[in-house]
Amino acid sequence: MSTTIADKKTTGLLENGLFPSNEVMLDLRQLKKVYPTPKGDYVVLEDLNLQIKKEEFVTIIGHSGCGKTTMLSMIAGLNPISGGNISVLGRHIKGPGPDRGVIFQAPSLMPWMTSLQNVMLGVNQVFPDATKAQRNDIAKYYLQKVGLEDAFHKKASDLSQGMQQRVGIARAFAIKPKVLLLDEPFGMLDSLTRGELQDTLIDIWNKEKITAVMITHDVDEAIFLADRVVMMTSGPRAKIGDVLEIDFERPRTRKAVLEHDDYYKYRKHLIDFLEH
Amino acid sequence: MKQSITLGKVTKFMGLGFLSTLKDLFTGKLEKEDFKGFLRKVVVPIASILLFLGLWHLGSQSLYNTEAEFKIEKALNDQGPEAAEAMRECIASGDISCQPNTLPSPAKVWDSYKSLLKDHQIISADKTEFAEKTATLNAKRIAEGKEPIVYTGRPSFVDQIFRSLKTVFAGFLLALFIAVPLGIFIGLSPTLKSAFNWFIQIFKPVSPVVWYLLVFMIVKTLLIDSSEDSSFTISFISVGLCSMWATLVNTAMGVSSVDKDYINVAKVLKLGTFQKIFKVILPSSLPLIFTGLKITMSVGWMVLIAIELLAQSPGLGTFVWEEFQNGANDSNAKIIVAMFVIGIIGFLLDRLMLFVQNTVSFEKTDAI
Repeated sequence: MSTTIADKKTTGLLENGLFPSNEVMLDLRQLKKVYPTPKGDYVVLEDLNLQIKKEEFVTIIGHSGCGKTTMLSMIAGLNPISGGNISVLGRHIKGPGPDRGVIFQAPSLMPWMTSLQNVMLGVNQVFPDATKAQRNDIAKYYLQKVGLEDAFHKKASDLSQGMQQRVGIARAFAIKPKVLLLDEPFGMLDSLTRGELQDTLIDIWNKEKITAVMITHDVDEAIFLADRVVMMTSGPRAKIGDVLEIDFERPRTRKAVLEHDDYYKYRKHLIDFLEH
Repeated sequence: MKQSITLGKVTKFMGLGFLSTLKDLFTGKLEKEDFKGFLRKVVVPIASILLFLGLWHLGSQSLYNTEAEFKIEKALNDQGPEAAEAMRECIASGDISCQPNTLPSPAKVWDSYKSLLKDHQIISADKTEFAEKTATLNAKRIAEGKEPIVYTGRPSFVDQIFRSLKTVFAGFLLALFIAVPLGIFIGLSPTLKSAFNWFIQIFKPVSPVVWYLLVFMIVKTLLIDSSEDSSFTISFISVGLCSMWATLVNTAMGVSSVDKDYINVAKVLKLGTFQKIFKVILPSSLPLIFTGLKITMSVGWMVLIAIELLAQSPGLGTFVWEEFQNGANDSNAKIIVAMFVIGIIGFLLDRLMLFVQNTVSFEKTDAI
């Protein structure tokens, strides 16, 4: 696996882009995904290795159809693994579970439930021993955090796309997962709403520090949110092509990031990779 | 003001939006921009109704003349010119004995409608009188442990409407309680689906008449010891079995085609089977289930008439058949009255279902 290190500051990195002293939260080893077709096997992913450490925010960028979503749904346990393994804190995953929260591309809220009920659906499942009032408080706390304090009892179908995705964020954080998986969560939103939601997401993430893996098509989004940007090669047989360490201080502001000297260097690196 | 808003909402909710437009016209609230909508929603239907009545009138007139000329011709050929002249005068005088028997005009149908209502008033007066007369006697009989005396007179047209409604609702509930649970199981399990698929495909197209005969065979034997009249039981079961297929197929389809995103959410949250079914799968398939139930209701009402006719169970079907057999002067007009009553009730049942659907389901469906 060839990993070119973009920034001189990150020369201490191992080949897999990891500081040796840090605890690995999510570990993908020799991951392989094969779809059988009438014309023979179609190998989507092969030899994919990625280690993500605790409290790290990783964005994944790559061309459409390269297998990013396949990889993410395999981590979520929604898509069977053809070869290799995925482990969370050293334990191999078996199927989906609430230790890996997912924010889907479509908000995927139950449209017949209110935003509170949607969040409660997960909270009830994860905190069965808490009292009803405690669970309610948890759900309301996260809805407040995403700016929906006025919309607890609104039907999900009556909310705008952006507000629905806010509920999706609250639902994912409220179950306190070990790993948060985000599959282009803002891909369907207009750029203004997208910016607002990025801020919301990063605010709540700064508090919770849940290890996050996020797929995006947006280079600026990838840089703004991530500690590392992972670039995937185009499929078939896609793997990690390059990893870029983003060395901005947290908490970040959009303005500070845009004005930072390294910003355009990072941006150029990513765009060069994608256009290559 | 507040009341008018709610009224507008309610009528729209029930798919009767034109009523509120009509109301706006009379209260002078109609805006200029609404005028086109008003034309389309109110004026056009009224115009088409008038056109329909006009064509009907002309058509029945022409059929009447054809029939009358045929009668005169026949009298001329069989009995000679005097008889033909007498027939012509008899028809012109409007004498009941020699009226041509054909499609009645709208006016005649309206008269029959009024006479059916009058007949109903007479019969209900009769009933009340009977009830008053037998009240003390019945109280005594019940005290002695005997069966009370009940009114056994002829049912009125309105009684028969209610009897038909009772049958169709009983059949509908039967269909609901069989088809929805079965549809859920079939939708959830591909194994059950392949087990039941041939069954559904074969029995779905079977005609109401055959269903009636099948139910008759079974119920007749099951109730062999009972002295009760089984015609109601037979007809409501037949209606239910005939009409349940749409609900069964739609429920199974709704349950098996729940949005993959919702299923993924349920998987990620590790919802239990029970929760998955009641919190995710059922609510999300409600729109399709209701589409099925709506079809079931309208099919049930449609086949009811044929089944009642066969089962001799009192109701609109029997009414139509008896009037047809009766062949009295106003029988044809009464049959047309029944036709309109059947149509209007069918329409109202459909709107009732739409109302229930919009109350229960998360997706709002517009009336078609």
